[in-house]
Amino acid sequence: MADQIGIEIRNLYKIFGPRAAELMEKVRAGATKTELNEQHHHVLGLNNINMSMAAGQIHVIMGLSGSGKSTLIRHINRLIDPTAGEVMVGGENVVGMSKEALREFRRHQTAMVFQKFALLPNRTVLENTYYGLEIQGVPHAKRVDAAMRWIERVGLKGFEKKYPNQLSGGMQQRVGLARALSNDAPILLMDEAYSALDPLIRVDMQTVLLDLQKEIRKTVVFITHDLDEALRLGDSIAILRDGEIIQQGTSQDIVLRPADAYIENFVREVNRGRVIRADAAMAALNGAEPPAGRVSGSNTLDDAGRIMVQNGMTRLAVIDDHSGQPVGVLTMEAIMAAITRHNAAA
Amino acid sequence: MSWLTDFPQMDENHLRDLRKTIDEAFRSFTRSYGDTFEAMFEPLRIFMVQAERFMTQTPWLITLAIILAVAWLGSRSVKAVLATAATMLLIGYLGMWDDTMKTLAMIFVCTVICIVIGIPLGIAMARWNRMQAVINPVLDVMQTMPSFVYLIPVVMLLGIGKVPGLIAVVIYAMPPVIRLTNLGIRLVDKEMLEAADAFGSSDWQKLKNVQLPLALPTIMAGINQTIMMALAMVVIASMIGVQGLGQPVLRAISNQYFTLGMFNGFAIVGIAIIFDRVSQAFGKRLQKHSEVSHG
Repeated sequence: MADQIGIEIRNLYKIFGPRAAELMEKVRAGATKTELNEQHHHVLGLNNINMSMAAGQIHVIMGLSGSGKSTLIRHINRLIDPTAGEVMVGGENVVGMSKEALREFRRHQTAMVFQKFALLPNRTVLENTYYGLEIQGVPHAKRVDAAMRWIERVGLKGFEKKYPNQLSGGMQQRVGLARALSNDAPILLMDEAYSALDPLIRVDMQTVLLDLQKEIRKTVVFITHDLDEALRLGDSIAILRDGEIIQQGTSQDIVLRPADAYIENFVREVNRGRVIRADAAMAALNGAEPPAGRVSGSNTLDDAGRIMVQNGMTRLAVIDDHSGQPVGVLTMEAIMAAITRHNAAA
Repeated sequence: MSWLTDFPQMDENHLRDLRKTIDEAFRSFTRSYGDTFEAMFEPLRIFMVQAERFMTQTPWLITLAIILAVAWLGSRSVKAVLATAATMLLIGYLGMWDDTMKTLAMIFVCTVICIVIGIPLGIAMARWNRMQAVINPVLDVMQTMPSFVYLIPVVMLLGIGKVPGLIAVVIYAMPPVIRLTNLGIRLVDKEMLEAADAFGSSDWQKLKNVQLPLALPTIMAGINQTIMMALAMVVIASMIGVQGLGQPVLRAISNQYFTLGMFNGFAIVGIAIIFDRVSQAFGKRLQKHSEVSHG
C-alpha cells in the first residue's frame, strides 16, 4: 500500500472573477462575501481556510450548497487554482507544482469519486475501473488484475462486462469507488459521492466505505451536505458556511458543543443516541467500584441503552478501548440527559 | 436630388477599373503560380485516379462483393445488404455501372479528404475559442457561396479536370464534419473532463479517452452529412470534368433526354440512401452501450 500522507491547508482563499488578485487585499483587510459581491461583483468562494487533516483518517467537510465545500475539495488536487494560500500534501505544496508535476501528483497521490459518478458510458465496468491505471501507463494485464480485485471488493463481481447505463445509481457509484481505489493513491477525495443515491443505498455505501477504510487506511476527504452522513463517517468534521469554516472537531464536539446557533440548528435534527459515545456521557469513576455490566467507550448511547435493557441494569462500567480498564460509570439518567439535553435546554 | 431616387453608386468607370484591376491581378497570379498549384495537388490527382481505376477495372462481381461486405460490416442487417444488392444490380442492368463506380470513387476520395482535414480542424476549433471565431465565418462562406462562384478561381488556377472538381466538392461538403466535430467535443459533459483531469490525464489522453469517444455519435452525423452533400455536388462537379453519374445528367439537361436524366438521377438517390442507411446503422451500433438503460 502507498505510504500514508496527510493534508495541510494554510490561509487558503478563492475569489471567483477576473480581478481576483487585486481584490485579495480587500479580503485580507476584512471585506465580507456580501461586500465583495455587491461592490465588485466577485464571489468570495473560500475565506481563509486553515485545516490539518491527519493521515489515514476520514475527514468530512460539511456544508449546504454554496458553502464552498466542492470548491475546497477541488483545491486539494488543484482542479481549481486558489487565489492565495497553500495546500501541503505530504510536505509538498500543490499550489506551486508545475503542470507536469501536478499531473504526476494526480496520477499517484490522489483519486477522486464524483457526485454524478462521471463514468465513461462507452466503457464497461472493468474498463472504467482501470481507467486511472491506464492513464498511469500500467500494462494491461496488471491493471485488469488490480481492477478485478477492487470490483470484487466493492461487490460488483460478475458485472465487469456491463456498461454503466445498465447499472443502478448505487452500483455505478461502486464502480466510481473501485476506479478510485484501483489507483492505490494515499488520498481519496469524495465529492458528495453519495448525495445522488437513495437514502437506504447511501447508508449501504457508507458501510462499504467504513469497512474498506479499516483495511486501506487512506486519508479520505469526504464532502457532504448531510450531517448524519458526516457524523457517521467522519473521524473529524469541518463545517463550512459562506466559504468559512465555522467549526472543526470530532462528531462529539459538533453534537455536544456546537459552535454557534447555525450549527445548533443542524444538530437539533440529529439522532443523538446514535452519535454520542458512552465515554462522552459517563461520570468519572473516582475510585468507586465499577458496576458489573460493561460497555465500550466507543459504543454509542443507543448501544449502551440496549445492553441495559437486555440485562435489566441501570448502570454500566465504561471500558477504555485501548487499556481495557473501566474508566467511568454510565447511568440510565445520564443517557436520558445526554439524549434529551437539547430538549431540556430549549 | 437624384441620389434620392437612384442609389448613389460608384462611378461606372471606377467600378469597371476596380473589377479589371482585380481580374488582372488574379490572372497574373494564376499565370505565375498555376503550375505550382497543379504540382501541389498532384498527389490528390493520383489518389483520385487510383481510386477510379480500382473501382472501374476490378471485375464487377468483386466490386459488388466489396460493396455488400462494407454494407454488412456497417449495418449488420440482412435487409440493408439485400436492398444494397438490389439497387446496385438494377443500376448495373440499366447501363450505369461504370459511371456509378466513378461517382463512388469520387465520393470515397472526397470523404477521406474531408475527414482527414475536417476532424483535426473541428478538434482545434473546440479547443481554442479564437480558432472557432476564425473558422466559423469561413465555414459560413463555404456553405452559402454558390458553388459556381468559387469554381471560377479554381478553374482559372487548375483548369478543367478531376482535381478542380474534387476541390469544389470538398469545399461544399466539408463544413458539416468540421462543425459537428467541434460541437460534439464541446458538448462533452464537464464532469467527465474533470474526472479525466483528476486522474491526471494529459491533453492527448483526454482527447483520446474522453472527448473523441463521447463526441463520436455527433462526428458520425457530420460524416454522414458530408457524404450526402458530396453526392449533391455530383452534377456540378461534372461540369468541370469529374466523371461519373453527373455527366449523363448534364447531357440530359442540354438535350432534353428525360429518361437518361431520370435514370442517372435515381442512381444518385439510390447510392445516397445506401450510404445514409449504412452509416447511420453504423453510428447507432457504436452507441449500443447507451440503449439498455436502467430504470
